[in-house]
Amino acid sequence: MANEGRQVVIPGQILGETPDLRPGRGTFVENKKIYAERLGVLNIQDKFVHIIPLKGRYDPIVGDFVIGVVEEASTSNWMVDINAPYPALLHVHEVPWEIEFADTEKYLNTGDTILAKVLSVDESKKLQITLNDRNLFKLKGGHLIEFEPSVYRRIMGKKYSMIENIQKYTRCRIKVGKNGRIWIDGDAEGIEKVLAAISMIEREAITFGLTDRIEEFLKKDAKDVR
Amino acid sequence: MKSDIELITSEGKRLDGRGPHDLRKIKIEAGVLHRADGSCYLEWGGNKVLVAVYGPREAVPRHTQNPLKAIVQARYNMAAFSVEDRKRPGPDRRSVEISKVISEALEKVILIDQFPRASIDVNIEVLDAEAGTRCAGLTAAGVALVDAGIPMRDIPVACAAGKIGGQVVLDLGKEEDNFGDADLPVAISPRTGEVLLLQMDGHLTFDEFDQAFNLALKGCHAVSEIQKKAIMLKYQSVAAEVQE
Repeated sequence: MANEGRQVVIPGQILGETPDLRPGRGTFVENKKIYAERLGVLNIQDKFVHIIPLKGRYDPIVGDFVIGVVEEASTSNWMVDINAPYPALLHVHEVPWEIEFADTEKYLNTGDTILAKVLSVDESKKLQITLNDRNLFKLKGGHLIEFEPSVYRRIMGKKYSMIENIQKYTRCRIKVGKNGRIWIDGDAEGIEKVLAAISMIEREAITFGLTDRIEEFLKKDAKDVR
Repeated sequence: MKSDIELITSEGKRLDGRGPHDLRKIKIEAGVLHRADGSCYLEWGGNKVLVAVYGPREAVPRHTQNPLKAIVQARYNMAAFSVEDRKRPGPDRRSVEISKVISEALEKVILIDQFPRASIDVNIEVLDAEAGTRCAGLTAAGVALVDAGIPMRDIPVACAAGKIGGQVVLDLGKEEDNFGDADLPVAISPRTGEVLLLQMDGHLTFDEFDQAFNLALKGCHAVSEIQKKAIMLKYQSVAAEVQE
């Protein structure tokens, strides 16, 4: 069976007991018993019980690469929507440009797309992001699409095999944010193909052998592969 | 209200042919809406309920935010065409009350401390009503929350019991609700048996109350199984689809 070893669990489902197993992500303990706290796929590694979520909002973690859309420019910072439950703050010190006071709109304005990194997440989930790193910049042109954040790892594939395949066969420039956003730049045909592949991955995320099936799908009517 | 209809025969047969301890037919489908984060469609006898869940997202206006935990905002609404004649659209005293008790019931199972300052919005839309809509709404809300991937301790479930023609019965129908003696909706967390919601309309003696309460609990557990099956069906079908 395709979902053998990939057991779907629902909240409140009992997963094991604490002395033998230990609670990991997406679980909680009550009376020495481990329960699932969300819909997901069961994953037991070195006695740690984890739930890989199937659905749900993006939960920001420090160091994540995310694609954000600027919502508002203030005098010394921008508010950026990164698909999390909360807007993220981008301070003028966290961008690679010299910015005069209140000149923020010249560099980034409402609607602009940026590839950023999560800088900090505090106790009350106040978020800060940064553009001060390699490979972080403002994305110009292209298309922005959203996907279920939980399938990020499937879209990247083992050692980025999946995303490299998609790039190879469609000849598009693709940036994937951990927050469930993908930025694509290329010709119309290629973009359409990427969209089809992404929705296929999303739909079949909990099955095995997905990379091979996607490659097969992309190979069909693919011309001049680099 | 007095009436000469015999709601239950001496053999324990009810108007729609059910026995005193039988539920109406329940059908649950998860993930029916494209735009919402999570959704559920539920048919419970003649009730048709659609639930959409959004969030967690930043709570607005700002002053409603709680810096320590998320707020749960359930909104129960009956469609104008859900009842005979026509229901005046918009919130009324009854739907405001039901929204409040459902919000409080859901708050107890959702892990709200994971999302400070956020709000989780649950829209419960009653399309067709035939007694027991708050139970149907809460049950559907539980499935929709799971579908939205929101962390929870358990999947909440509700079921009503009541008294008609002097007998304690499970899951009142429309006539039984209108002309019966009492209605007792109960919502529980089926894993722990904690009571999330308990209301009563009409009169019951202590003994009858105990009887009705235990009957409602049994009903809740039965409905809970249907909920779990619906969720599993939705997410395991993905694996089966690819197999072909």
